[in-house]
Amino acid sequence: MSVAEESLKVAIVGHVDHGKSTLVGRLFHDTGSLPEGKFEAIQAMCKRRGMPFEWAFLMDALQAERDQGVTIDTSQIWFRTAKRGYVIIDAPGHKEFLKNMVTGAAASDAALLLIDAEEGIKEQSRRHGYLLHLLGVRQVTVAVNKMDLVAYDRDRFATIERDYRVYLRELGVTPTHFIPISAREGDNIARPSEAMAWYQGPTVLQALDDFQVITQPDGLPLRFPVQDVYRFDERRIIAGRIETGILQVGDQLLFSPANRMGKVKSIEAWSVAAPPIQACAGESIGITLEEQIFVERGDVASHEVNPPIESDVFLARLFWLGDRDLTMGSRYTMKLNTAEVGVVVQSVDRVIDTGDLSTKGEVKVARNQVAEITLRADTMQALDAFTSSPPTGRFVLVDNYNIAGGGIISMEGYADQRNLVARQSSNIQRVEHDVTAENRESRNGHRGGVLWFTGLSGAGKSTVAVAVERRLFNLGYQTYVLDGDNVRHGLNGDLGFSPEDRAENIRRVGEVAALISRAGMLCITAFISPYRSDRDRARLAGGDGFAEIFIKADLATCERRDPKGLYKKARAGDIPDFTGISAPYEAPGAPDLVIDTATLTVEEAVERVVEYVQSRFAIYAKPVSE
Amino acid sequence: MNHLDVLESESIYIFREAFSRIDKLAMLWSLGKDSNVMLWLARKAFFGHLPFPAMHIDTGNKFPEMYAFRDRYVTEWGLNFLSGTCPPVAEMDETLPPAARSAARKTAGLKTLLETHGFEGIFAGIRRDEEGTRAKERYFSPRGARGTWEIKDQPPEFWGQFNTTFPPGTHLRIHPLLHWTEIDIWRYTLRENIPTIPLYFARDGKRYRSLGDADITFPIDSTAGTIPEIIAELQTTRISERSGRAMDHEAEDAFERLRTAGYM
Ligand SMILES: Nc1nc2c(ncn2[C@@H]2O[C@H](COP(=O)(O)OP(=O)(O)OP(=O)(O)O)[C@@H](O)[C@H]2O)c(=O)[nH]1
Ligand SMILES: [Mg+2]
Repeated sequence: MSVAEESLKVAIVGHVDHGKSTLVGRLFHDTGSLPEGKFEAIQAMCKRRGMPFEWAFLMDALQAERDQGVTIDTSQIWFRTAKRGYVIIDAPGHKEFLKNMVTGAAASDAALLLIDAEEGIKEQSRRHGYLLHLLGVRQVTVAVNKMDLVAYDRDRFATIERDYRVYLRELGVTPTHFIPISAREGDNIARPSEAMAWYQGPTVLQALDDFQVITQPDGLPLRFPVQDVYRFDERRIIAGRIETGILQVGDQLLFSPANRMGKVKSIEAWSVAAPPIQACAGESIGITLEEQIFVERGDVASHEVNPPIESDVFLARLFWLGDRDLTMGSRYTMKLNTAEVGVVVQSVDRVIDTGDLSTKGEVKVARNQVAEITLRADTMQALDAFTSSPPTGRFVLVDNYNIAGGGIISMEGYADQRNLVARQSSNIQRVEHDVTAENRESRNGHRGGVLWFTGLSGAGKSTVAVAVERRLFNLGYQTYVLDGDNVRHGLNGDLGFSPEDRAENIRRVGEVAALISRAGMLCITAFISPYRSDRDRARLAGGDGFAEIFIKADLATCERRDPKGLYKKARAGDIPDFTGISAPYEAPGAPDLVIDTATLTVEEAVERVVEYVQSRFAIYAKPVSE
Repeated sequence: MNHLDVLESESIYIFREAFSRIDKLAMLWSLGKDSNVMLWLARKAFFGHLPFPAMHIDTGNKFPEMYAFRDRYVTEWGLNFLSGTCPPVAEMDETLPPAARSAARKTAGLKTLLETHGFEGIFAGIRRDEEGTRAKERYFSPRGARGTWEIKDQPPEFWGQFNTTFPPGTHLRIHPLLHWTEIDIWRYTLRENIPTIPLYFARDGKRYRSLGDADITFPIDSTAGTIPEIIAELQTTRISERSGRAMDHEAEDAFERLRTAGYM
């Protein structure tokens, strides 16, 4: 008995009617792989329909597919060469059935993309190429089919090859082969074509054998998403599949985003000779822990070093298959590993035209479109950037019961919030003060608080903050402005400008502002603070006295003002990750106060803030003379 | 991981997804080779337990060996066992060809069981390599109120994420063996030493490759009397597995009609 062998999954993709299913039928025939009687059965089906012999009927099994001559749903068939076994995945080319194409192609290790020699490169030829890339299928061979219809013309083949190579190059894909074929006539399928003696390369069959079996790169960090926790007997088993890395008995595991630790006591298995002591990527396993810590579905276990990122906001490149448009503000259920969480589309950043790869600043994503969007989850998630860990760096969105789109994650411009969260949750006892908040309030005549200004560079945060400080001081308030200048030098002198450092900068400002406010004063902060998560954390630290004040001015206005010449530099590319230009600004969803500096003078702006402060923080105010 | 380990892990993952997401589950246990592998994989997934009932839809036309097998392992494996009965053939769609019409009884039996127990998810041990419409199946396949399959509008399924929610009144068919082939089933049965009904092994030059109702299932010519011999036979044969199942061959559309109406 031979051992179960290596096998490879190959998807057949391309525009409608370019001959994908025909190729599969012909390949089976020419390699003697058709089941007995199948050829005759297809002959009979065609005769009954009064049509010429159709190879595609091997794969197109549905009556509707045969009657209409179009593949509706993807289909899989098993095949073998002398080298190895294959699962051939035939995908539909019609735009209407793109969701089925995705279903088929996403399961593949490699793809064969067909282009009709006569029709040339069409809409789905490009879109399928793009989607393969997005789905993570990196090996592609292109076959130019129906060469019989162009008299096996070498130049025609060369033109299509040249054009399509350009497209693939822009995607960063290098095709393994370009093959001129005639699926119907059997040219270059399993045998070299006599009609195309000018072509010296491999046949389709040889090209299949040239694909590589993909194995996960060594050394990826452990990711073990928890699928379920079982208590069928005295054991408490944490079940799941290892997506990357290796897990061993005795390992100390970190469960994110809950941030709990536990040590692997055993790897459980039923009906095995000896219990395993180690498990690797791809294995569905169950473990028990030494400690009884709370773990639930959706948690991701890793080692302490190289844990997943924690964030509630990220960028995604997404393909949308839903019937209803995806727009800013739309809510979905996201499935990310084994987690399921509500998400809202914070912004649609751009829609990509898969035809020429140009991007447009649209506000909605229609069915079958590809786009870049920003998603915000209801709770903190454990995730990875797709480029560093594909299996844990992608998600699907569910709309109305069904999966309606998929996306890959990028954290560009966004910080890992793990340390920010961890520090906040550490449980330190606060010192009990003898002086109470009421004592302070009655002496100062006002409550303590934080006036958190946020807005683009040039929106007027510092100008307004400094003027408000002066006015409040004159009105008898204890007040102090925190801005970049007085914290970056000392307190935050160790921080740079990476997303993580920026987030940490804001975290510290939030904590200091909270302390100042608890000291009874009104602390005004003037930081761009572009991320909602960071501001939410500051609000959490600040407590009841926190007020988010949106210093609002549109980008064009700010850029026109450009008091420090920063926009000019950013546009020239001299400042990387500049908010509003090359990094996001997430406007407040429900600010306590909006100050529109595009329409108000500085004096008017100050007056509005002061009115707000008087109404919210004053107990009695005692003006002092200037 | 070798090839069988990969298949096994995928099936276990599917079982656990279903168990986590769907409340009322049951498994169809037809007693055939695929069903037995499926049941085995469920016990692997749940560490020796089968946390939902195993259902057998009894047409009354099964081989005596099948009943004997059933009775033995229900006890030996301590299964939560449910048996369903089927209405007489006279009540089935008369436009179906005879064997398909007979097979439709099983669909009717299944519907009754589903309604009686309010199951929301049913595990069925079908495989893509068996037949053209099964080749187009999803792992988690939603079925309409009458058990109907929207074959022309299936939801997408990729990246190991499945459609686990469904409108009230409908249910899911879950197919943990979809990616296995006939030869994989035998290799795994051999490796794991899974019990098998003797009808699969050749006697007097004939054996069953696929077991259905006695009246519409026929044995093939074979001398394979052991699992290794079956595997060797399958490596060279070009005869399709279901060639002995009459209902597949009566008319081009017969099996598709059966399946869209709710057959496995
Ligand atoms: N002349 C010629 N016709 C071909 C060739 N290959 C396929 N065809 C014909 O092109 C038509 C479409 O072929 P299919 O195989 O169904 O195309 P497909 O790409 O599978 O189409 P969808 O799956 O619906 O996207 C059929 O009528 C085929 O007979 C070829 O090499 N030469
Ligand atoms: Mg097709």
